[in-house]
Amino acid sequence: MSNAKYILGHFEDPDDLMHGIDQLQTNDISIYDVFTPMPIHGIEAKLGVKRSRLPIVAFCCGLTGTIAAFSMIYYMLVIDWPIDIGGKPAFAFPDFVPIMFEVTVLFCSFGIVGMFFFRNHLFPGRAPRVMDLRATNDRFIIAIDAKKNPHPDKIDSLLKGAGAVEVMHNDRKYVSYE
Amino acid sequence: MSSHNESILREPLVTGKNITYAKVTADILVPVENKPNKAWWIGFIVSVLGALLWVGAVSYTFWVGIGAWGLNKTVGWAWDITGFVWWVGIGHAGTLISAVLLLFRQNWRNSINRSAEAMTIFAVICAATYVVSHMGRPWLAYWVFPLPNQFGSLWVNFNSPLVWDVFAISTYFSVSLVFWYTGLLPDIATIRDRATGLRRRIYSIFSFGWNGSVKTWQRFEIVSLILAGVSTPLVLSVHTIVSMDFATSVIPGWHTTIFPPYFVAGAIFSGFAMVQTLLLIARKVLGFENYITMFHIESMNKIIILTGSVVGVAYLTELFIAWYSGAEYEQYAFLNRVSGPYWWAYWCMMTCNVISPQLFWFKKIRTSIAASWILSIVVNIGMWFERFVIIVTSLHRDYLPSSWVMFYPSTIDVCIFIGSIGVFFTLFLLFLRVLPAIAMAEVKLLLKSSSDQAKQKLIKEGAVDKIHAQFYTDSLDKYDSVSPEVEYTRN
Repeated sequence: MSNAKYILGHFEDPDDLMHGIDQLQTNDISIYDVFTPMPIHGIEAKLGVKRSRLPIVAFCCGLTGTIAAFSMIYYMLVIDWPIDIGGKPAFAFPDFVPIMFEVTVLFCSFGIVGMFFFRNHLFPGRAPRVMDLRATNDRFIIAIDAKKNPHPDKIDSLLKGAGAVEVMHNDRKYVSYE
Repeated sequence: MSSHNESILREPLVTGKNITYAKVTADILVPVENKPNKAWWIGFIVSVLGALLWVGAVSYTFWVGIGAWGLNKTVGWAWDITGFVWWVGIGHAGTLISAVLLLFRQNWRNSINRSAEAMTIFAVICAATYVVSHMGRPWLAYWVFPLPNQFGSLWVNFNSPLVWDVFAISTYFSVSLVFWYTGLLPDIATIRDRATGLRRRIYSIFSFGWNGSVKTWQRFEIVSLILAGVSTPLVLSVHTIVSMDFATSVIPGWHTTIFPPYFVAGAIFSGFAMVQTLLLIARKVLGFENYITMFHIESMNKIIILTGSVVGVAYLTELFIAWYSGAEYEQYAFLNRVSGPYWWAYWCMMTCNVISPQLFWFKKIRTSIAASWILSIVVNIGMWFERFVIIVTSLHRDYLPSSWVMFYPSTIDVCIFIGSIGVFFTLFLLFLRVLPAIAMAEVKLLLKSSSDQAKQKLIKEGAVDKIHAQFYTDSLDKYDSVSPEVEYTRN
């Protein structure tokens, strides 16, 4: 037990999990992370996770797209090779709008998804940093750093008291996929 | 969210007894984790034969040119563009379900969005193949993009809706793909963590190392919401621009301002019909009755009746405006549609799209699986005829009566169309085998609030009004996945 690096509290019910977080927090036990098979609403506020800034990224990327599309069309159609279509002006702004819109959406979507993958280190072939295989299936797991939090027995009883169905003391941090 | 009880008056989105989070995973992964059954193999072999027909017919077209089709001097667009618009329209339901219904917080989308989005992607692939074949010289397909070239850098004409369409369709395809794949990550991780050996390695690569931590889910939800936000105007813009391919021309019957909304409604209409066609079979064959319930089927039928009625009003408006405008060419175009040599196509369209979906006003029909499936096929046929009528009847009698002709499809035309359906079903059946057809993480979200068992528990505890409980129990009558005996013994 003394070799344990991480203590994992397995919950079967998200409400019990929230209760478990409350119990740990009132006892000043720091939570390393929580792994769940589905998003839990309200958990960020409880754990003090800051609001995501991804919407700002989305806006900036979208704006870049708008400007890029406009500049591209303006350069090609007005500066580089204006086409005389019945003497109409080359700078026909309404005709620019559809492509400006599409490119805005394109840049915004790829920008936000790219930034999401980058920030969360998600990319094809990345070794999964998974602490327990059931966290993607049916278990809601609270992970506690055992080195930072003494009294593993107290943590055990707190988790069990909150409704944990299983408490594990793991010697290694992540599950091996080898 | 999980700790709130949903109103008892709302019908359940997940039925069945003893549904746990583990059971959701196990049920949904049955087709992915087991060898396919006979039904799948039969469907797959037929589809692959169709896809091979497509490969043959398209290769022949590439070899001899689009003279292989039934086109002539007067009718330059026919089955190709009909097929293109038909497929793009079908694709629209997927984005509507995944994006628009997310913004409107329609939780019933959670169990149908995954397969509907897959359908979108495969339908857009089919649509794109039509565009490329239609070019005649497909090896020059990159000319549609504004790339520097040796003609003095002569750029594409950005005033043309055809160029807008290039941007619209390619953006639509790539954004749908990214949206779909991001949503798949948690579910691929679930498969990964249940698999062993080579399967685990493969799913591990495709899971991008997903682990379901708090920050991952938080960002995931933000990404989903923003993608839904940008996809909503995107999906409307795509079919608007497709309609502008016609509406900005000077062909009577095409040159109308009603086209964008009318095309968008038609696209959603046909898309939902295709979702019904696919899911009614998939839920039965794959045993998803508890997740894709009668409520889902009925809701989709309600959208079909709404959009079908919008399309009906658009058809009548077109006729009225043609008469009211006093423009004789416009008047003739519509007179020709209604009573000309293609009258049968027009009336087939009218019957399939406007009249038969009205049957869904009857609850008996709306909640019958057989009737829903048959009517969904009828709508698919009707929407194909709509595009055929718009394209061919407007072209075949042009301004010069001496060039009036009829259009007859060649065998290659027919083979490409049937083949494209084969391509679509091949891709869809492969999807069902390797990826979860229902978004597991999103269905798990509903389990504690919107499932039948959660509501039955509330009734049992006496936490709800008796009249409300009775109303709820009565609403379960239409569900094929809830048997009354089970309900009564439980109470």
